[in-house]
Amino acid sequence: MRIRPRYTQWLAVTILGGATILTLAVLVFIIVFVLEKGLPVVNFGFLFTNAEDMGRAGGIFTTLIGTIVLPLLAIIVAAPLGISTAVYLTEYTVETRATKIIRFGTDCLAGIPSIIFGLFGFIFFVTTLGLGWSILSGGLTLAVMILPTIIRTTEEAVKAVPKSYRQVSFSLGATRWQTVKRVILPNALPGILTGIMLGIGRSIGETAAVIFTAGSSLRMPSSVFDSTRTMAVHFYILAREGISSENAYGTAATLIIAVLAINLTAYWMMGRFIAKRS
Amino acid sequence: MMVAYQGANAVSNKIEINSLDLFYGKFQALKTVGMSMRENMITALIGPSGCGKSTLLRCLNRMNDLIPGVQVKGNVRLDGADIYDSSIEVAELRKRVGMVFQRPNPFPLTVFANVVYGLKVAGIRNSSRLKEIAEQSLRAAWLWDLLKDKLDHPALDLPLDQQQRLCIARLLAVQPEVILMDEPCSALDPIATMKVEELMMELKKKYTIVIVTHNMQQAARVSDFTGYMLLGEMIEFGVTNDVFTKPTKKLTEDYITGKYG
Repeated sequence: MRIRPRYTQWLAVTILGGATILTLAVLVFIIVFVLEKGLPVVNFGFLFTNAEDMGRAGGIFTTLIGTIVLPLLAIIVAAPLGISTAVYLTEYTVETRATKIIRFGTDCLAGIPSIIFGLFGFIFFVTTLGLGWSILSGGLTLAVMILPTIIRTTEEAVKAVPKSYRQVSFSLGATRWQTVKRVILPNALPGILTGIMLGIGRSIGETAAVIFTAGSSLRMPSSVFDSTRTMAVHFYILAREGISSENAYGTAATLIIAVLAINLTAYWMMGRFIAKRS
Repeated sequence: MMVAYQGANAVSNKIEINSLDLFYGKFQALKTVGMSMRENMITALIGPSGCGKSTLLRCLNRMNDLIPGVQVKGNVRLDGADIYDSSIEVAELRKRVGMVFQRPNPFPLTVFANVVYGLKVAGIRNSSRLKEIAEQSLRAAWLWDLLKDKLDHPALDLPLDQQQRLCIARLLAVQPEVILMDEPCSALDPIATMKVEELMMELKKKYTIVIVTHNMQQAARVSDFTGYMLLGEMIEFGVTNDVFTKPTKKLTEDYITGKYG
């Protein structure tokens, strides 16, 4: 029996709209839940004093620093490498079996659980290279972890730049590098930034890859060779060891706000960039 | 097949094409094409879709190099020098032989940034020099009076015909010798088309123009010489008036009278 289009239309709107509302509801619920439990603890003192007694008392200042430094190092290493690789693959090579294998490899790497990167980082950076549990080991491990994401998003962004821009650029006597520098990268930038944001987001929330490589020291690091603890790791330890659930939620709330702030900044930057170019 | 225009050597030929073959992989898109383009003249290439006219056009500034698997045999001479010779710098060649594309394709930048793109690529940094050439180029494309107060406007906000003429101005800025036009009016309305055609008549005083067009009336209106192509072969090539009024080949006659194509 055929259902009348009027009803299928109604049904479609209900199902599609329902899915949207459900998704939003779950998201809002999580954020409200964490903020409600965590925000009462968060204040200036909590953010800017060091943890005491394993985190039972005091604040989260050193973990805040750890959370800023590790993803920063990761992005400083991964972004230039990833963007260069992606530009080389899309602009300088023709599609062959070799590039397909490289692409397949990056896709596989992107899907590997982060704890595997943690183990790799532990064996390679911490032990073999003798960097120990340190910001350097942790940052490099995170860089390896987010590299595939940055490569793939950059590739997509570069491919999305209209072919005609390349043709015009070449037809006006530009070399391939001039075309990449003047036409392709500027036009792909919003997409590339999205990839970088995804990478930052992933490394900020990362625990498994970090705990094995950067360690979990609560002392203030004085160089990249010192161990550090990120907020995500701090939250994990506080909650798992049953040290302090208030401070755990306080840390989680700070983490959520930080991620939100970073994303908003990124959108603002992109908006400004697009406004400036057009 | 070589179809020579009688007396073509009397005036100087800007471009000479000799037994040019082009393959896309195994598919032969051009079959021993031979023709010449005279300096300060407009040469039109006509023929049905897929006949190879755009491919031939793209041989003249080596844009086909960008497509993987393309093989070219024979030679194309610009002022007597083979442009497929290994000593030729392709970027330099493309500055001499510029191209206007089917769809207006300004960069998503300001009007000014579009016009000076080729200059910046060529390493010109001096801002008064850039402004001077931008003005000259916009004037030559009849855009200066329209756009002199809109130089910092986004090029993509302009109407299509102004966008297309902006693309022509952008090309003129690099001071080419030859202008290749690949169906430059197919995205434009009749009035805008007329403007571009008038502009072409003006431009041929300084440049050698080769135009690919689907529109036979356009070829008849603007060109001095016409080549009719079919399935990768140059069927007939000669003075436009002759090709349209007394074609020597049956195939040409069928096409221009609308029996085919």
